Amino acid sequence: MTTTIQYADVEIGTELPAQAFPVTRATLVQYAGASGDFNPIHWNEKFAVEVGLPDVIAHGMFTMAEAIRVVTDWVGDPAAVVEYGVRFTKPVIVPNDDKGATIEVSGKIAAKLDDGRVRVDLVATSAGQKVLGMSRAVVQLA
Amino acid sequence: MALDQSFVGRSYPPTDPYEVGREKIREFAEAVRDANPAYVDPEAAKALGHSDVIAPPTFVFAITFKAAGQVIEDPQLGLDYSRVVHGDQKFAYTRPVRAGDRLTVTSTIEAIKSLAGNDILDIRGEVHDEAGEHVVTAYTKLVSRAAEGA
Repeated sequence: MTTTIQYADVEIGTELPAQAFPVTRATLVQYAGASGDFNPIHWNEKFAVEVGLPDVIAHGMFTMAEAIRVVTDWVGDPAAVVEYGVRFTKPVIVPNDDKGATIEVSGKIAAKLDDGRVRVDLVATSAGQKVLGMSRAVVQLA
Repeated sequence: MALDQSFVGRSYPPTDPYEVGREKIREFAEAVRDANPAYVDPEAAKALGHSDVIAPPTFVFAITFKAAGQVIEDPQLGLDYSRVVHGDQKFAYTRPVRAGDRLTVTSTIEAIKSLAGNDILDIRGEVHDEAGEHVVTAYTKLVSRAAEGA
């Protein structure tokens, strides 16, 4: 693990650079192929509506993959993430148009732990709704 | 119908090894639009102290969730998968997954709860490399929603 972010340089409340991640139907098809999750709720709106969803929704694991980028882009070496967990609270609804949806992610230092580690709490929203809960990463700093 | 509590603690046999390929990692990183060079450029990964390209933190889910299929499809457990949603997901890493790894997963049922007619199933997937060293543990919470009118 190699990072330039120093434990001594961060404080509780330090904010990580926030990011916005676009997601369209094409993104979901590509993610389905790469992850092997071909559940039709992520690409077939007829099926999604039949099972009670408002429209096609993003894979929860896609949202989880995007949210941690606020941490990995900040810290540089993805191996600095030693723990990462989320709760899937609301789906990211992805309409069939050229804009799709946007996942907005912010993060801040919530706790300074032992051995140069910090806990980062992430907030992920889409269309004004919180889509992840209890979204936390433990990160090893230099 | 509530799931049988006696399944708590049950472990399933380790899976056959999954060999992690550089190009599979690249495909995944491209799919999540993540341009971190540690995922695609062996030299960049080496500069960070890794012996080969590493995988994004959530990459391993594809492997652990496939392994969890042993639990989900266990006819004795009797989970109704058509009603299952992914509740929580957590990973605890000893080291990142990297290209060349041959990974096995051992799945264990950690907890079974019933809440407002929903069955909640916690599965722990321990991932080890070919040398038997721990790489990552995946904690997956699945919620089987109560049938309508139940």
